[in-house]
Amino acid sequence: MRFLRSFLRFWYNFIVGDDWTVAAGVILTLAATAVLAHAHVPAWWLLPVAVVVILAQSLIRTARTSR
Amino acid sequence: MGTTLLILSVFLACAVEAVEALTIVLAAGTSRDWRSALTGVGAGLLVLAAIVAALGPALTVIPIGALRLLVGGLLLIFGLQWLSKAILRAAGRKALHDEAQIYARHTAAARAADRDSRFAVPDWYAFTLSFKGVLLEGLEVAFIVVTFGASQGSIGLAVLGAAAAIVLVAGVGVAVRGPLARVPENTMKFAVGILLTTFGMFWGAEGAGAHWPSADASIPVLLAFTALVSLTAMAILRRTNSGPNPPAEHTVAIEVS
Repeated sequence: MRFLRSFLRFWYNFIVGDDWTVAAGVILTLAATAVLAHAHVPAWWLLPVAVVVILAQSLIRTARTSR
Repeated sequence: MGTTLLILSVFLACAVEAVEALTIVLAAGTSRDWRSALTGVGAGLLVLAAIVAALGPALTVIPIGALRLLVGGLLLIFGLQWLSKAILRAAGRKALHDEAQIYARHTAAARAADRDSRFAVPDWYAFTLSFKGVLLEGLEVAFIVVTFGASQGSIGLAVLGAAAAIVLVAGVGVAVRGPLARVPENTMKFAVGILLTTFGMFWGAEGAGAHWPSADASIPVLLAFTALVSLTAMAILRRTNSGPNPPAEHTVAIEVS
């Protein structure tokens, strides 16, 4: 059990890192892109917009907590 | 264009991580035992090679759409994290990585540890420190090699880019006989972050079923866009940073037991 917990924690830290909002934002944006694309709505613009939003909020969040 | 950027991305990512691994291996070798430290390096590289050899062919079995969605998502998460940290460091909001201080810290800890021989390795501490250093620093690169390579259909080229970086960093390390403190690590991480984010956006959108207006020709536009956004964010953070820069970062958590 302890090994499994350590194993899962390692992969969580490896993939998600110290800001879970980045991973959550990426997954939500990819899901929204898929929904729009399957409804035949142009969706290529969504990821560049999301990158600006996700990066900005991550930077603001980290800059605030480091003060 | 795609192949050149693929090799460049893997080379830069691997070079940055190799510089950090070199510092740990040098600390283990100079303060403890070179034979054990180098055995640890070999064991670490073997595990990483096994991960690439196992995951690479496994990923090529996944349908290209699903693969690009998965790879795009992972590259975006990794890329935005690299980019965020590099921007904060460049803007003075996060401590810079100081290889000389990390080396001194690991050397002091290594000298204080007890000597213990296991499995024909004369110094288990030096072996474990090197092994964990190489494995932990190299794991992300192994993922980048596998995901980039599988999406572009050229894992061999990605491995070549990584191997070239390891040879170069190891060669310079042997010549300098010390940690590579003058390597512009943060600039390299900034570049890797931009490249990973660019390819993450491109493949992620394609995997989700969207189509870029100019197909592959959109990649340089996305690259310029990501660079512009990152440089703007850095300039804004620099302008609003009124406090002193944080002290250099000198902790790498590698537990040796």
